[in-house]
Amino acid sequence: MTTDVHQLDDGAWISVNDSREVNVSDLWLLAKSDFCGCETTDFLAEGFVDTGVDHPNIEARIAGRCIACGTEGVTDWLTVGRVIDPESGEFYGVVHESIHIPADQRRVGDPEQ
Amino acid sequence: MPTKVENWKDEVYGNEIRDHLMEFAEDGWDAIPEDEQDAWFERFKWWGLYHQRSGQESYFMMRIGTPNGVIEPGQLEVIAEVADEYARGPAENPEFGEAYCDWTTRQSIQLHWIKIEDIPEIFELLESVGLSTQQACGDSWRNIVGCPVAGKDTHEHIDAWPVAQELNETFKGDDDYANLPRKWKVSVTGCDEGCGQGDINDLAYEPAEKEIDGETKLGFNIRVGGGLSRKEPRLARDLDVWVPPEQAADIGHGMSALFREYGDRDDRFNARIKFLVDEWGTEKMRDVLQAEFVDFELHTAGEDMRDSYTYNAGGNEHGDHVGVHEQPDGNYYVGLDVLVGRMAVEDVYELAELADEYGSGEVRLTQRQNIIVTDVDSDRLDAFLDESLLDDYSPDPHPFMRGSIACTGTEFCSLSIVETKNRQVRYARWLKDNVELPDGVEDFHIHLSGCTASCAQPQIADISLRGMKTRKDGEPVEAFDIGLGGGLGENPQFADWVEMRVAADEVPGYIENLLSAFKAERDGDETFREFVAARDEEALQALADPEETSYEDPYMHNTKMTWYPYVDDDDMQSSPAPTNANDEPLPSDD
Repeated sequence: MTTDVHQLDDGAWISVNDSREVNVSDLWLLAKSDFCGCETTDFLAEGFVDTGVDHPNIEARIAGRCIACGTEGVTDWLTVGRVIDPESGEFYGVVHESIHIPADQRRVGDPEQ
Repeated sequence: MPTKVENWKDEVYGNEIRDHLMEFAEDGWDAIPEDEQDAWFERFKWWGLYHQRSGQESYFMMRIGTPNGVIEPGQLEVIAEVADEYARGPAENPEFGEAYCDWTTRQSIQLHWIKIEDIPEIFELLESVGLSTQQACGDSWRNIVGCPVAGKDTHEHIDAWPVAQELNETFKGDDDYANLPRKWKVSVTGCDEGCGQGDINDLAYEPAEKEIDGETKLGFNIRVGGGLSRKEPRLARDLDVWVPPEQAADIGHGMSALFREYGDRDDRFNARIKFLVDEWGTEKMRDVLQAEFVDFELHTAGEDMRDSYTYNAGGNEHGDHVGVHEQPDGNYYVGLDVLVGRMAVEDVYELAELADEYGSGEVRLTQRQNIIVTDVDSDRLDAFLDESLLDDYSPDPHPFMRGSIACTGTEFCSLSIVETKNRQVRYARWLKDNVELPDGVEDFHIHLSGCTASCAQPQIADISLRGMKTRKDGEPVEAFDIGLGGGLGENPQFADWVEMRVAADEVPGYIENLLSAFKAERDGDETFREFVAARDEEALQALADPEETSYEDPYMHNTKMTWYPYVDDDDMQSSPAPTNANDEPLPSDD
């Protein structure tokens, strides 16, 4: 089964295999990011812009802001969860309060708007 | 490549969704296959149903579109009945009780905690008095807004109510316009105060005079591409087109067909017509409209009336319809202040009775979330004003109560970052009790929006509050970006975002300090908007600092992480949802 990922409701949700899994308004800690000058970006997710799949990772580019320095923008690709077994399609979300490292690379998935 | 939403819309959309909705209602929530929920939730919007946020699965917000905000005699009581019977959820709101109606900034009605199983009965009740949820949400012609007292206004040049009715009847349910690339918001106004808020709509009809064959005629100038969402606010732009009222629907056909054909279906973030106006410019848009979408010669724009626009213009005239106003027929309309637009259901029942007793039974909703009782007989006006309900919904409210607008917020909405309505109620009360406005300031608008979707229209307020987060003592707390000096009028202006990421409990202190600086530094009787416009960003930032005060905020925690922010056990895991038709928890799949 192909893993199907898209954003919904004006970017409020990431849906994985037609299940709403990741919502906006959480704080994500980003390290080694050039999003802003902060050592760790304290990033408020305001909207999901792009989604994609890099098996087993479910990835997204997120619009939002560093609440420490105020920089606004869109992140590089972030892993928001995993679908380890495409047959079952079960989604395991990452802990957004943990440290995340965005990756600037193209995804093999088919980003949906 | 068309988006996923477009693919769903290609499969089933528009009127036909109703049959599926009725089938799901018959079979119950569980009948919606889990892997089809996204598609059906997207489609249900077209019939006014919006699935509530995480933790509230199986519950829907229902929007009822009332064109121009007109609630005809007999309708308000039915709205109260529907709210009373079907909009009671598993928990109570501490400010508003168990059941309530929300009057929205687009003159519609929103109810929450609606169960899909109840839809057939709800639709039957609503439709028995001519009300509908059709196209209240989704990618089509939305509820048409306008001057809420159209046809009953001494400032009126054209009675826009028949025009709004014609547009509503023409475009509601018309399959040719059922599936647009995105929402399509229309404003029609015939008065010279600017209260239709055309500047922030996709398509605006504004009153204008035009000399045709040596005769001055009244009609509408057309503007396109306004809107506030996603940090991309745009004012509607002048298309240089005038139409007589009898051609209003033709322009509606032409412009929405142009949007249908040329709007961006590959990227929903770029789909609103404001972006097409950005890309094309108004000259090309007019040319394409003329060449491909209308079969008559377009007139150039007429003489508009924008220099007399007083509505939300920053001056000392209210223009917000609150208060007692004489109608051209000698009767009165009485605008009542509804704090943040939410009214407990028992009060809605009582208002319906009072509107019947003292007026024609008609009430109207404004774009400031207030409600107007029309057609009050002059002989009975004083008796109406003495009714005790008006103690809570005053025609002469304190400026902080009068000026408050708030969106739905994290109580129910997936997009919102912060709690909104209850917080703005607390802000307004605290400000009323603790902060004195400078002399002569009788209007002061504070619009609180939970996110960048801007449903509370924050960019056009004296003080704009937009949901944010910050850290306080290391802990994440709800916060706001604060903008200043927005408004409409002849020369509309979006707010300047001046103070960022202010903890929610420090916002009232900031406003107190800001108004103190305004009072001290104001030049004569300068309005707040003029005061802001006269200062650069640095000077505005230097005016005031956020500060903790006696104000207490019970919603500082991450309300989005709760299943419902006001219950004692608000943990997401304690949610009863999803539930069956009787609000009983359904067994988990796990």
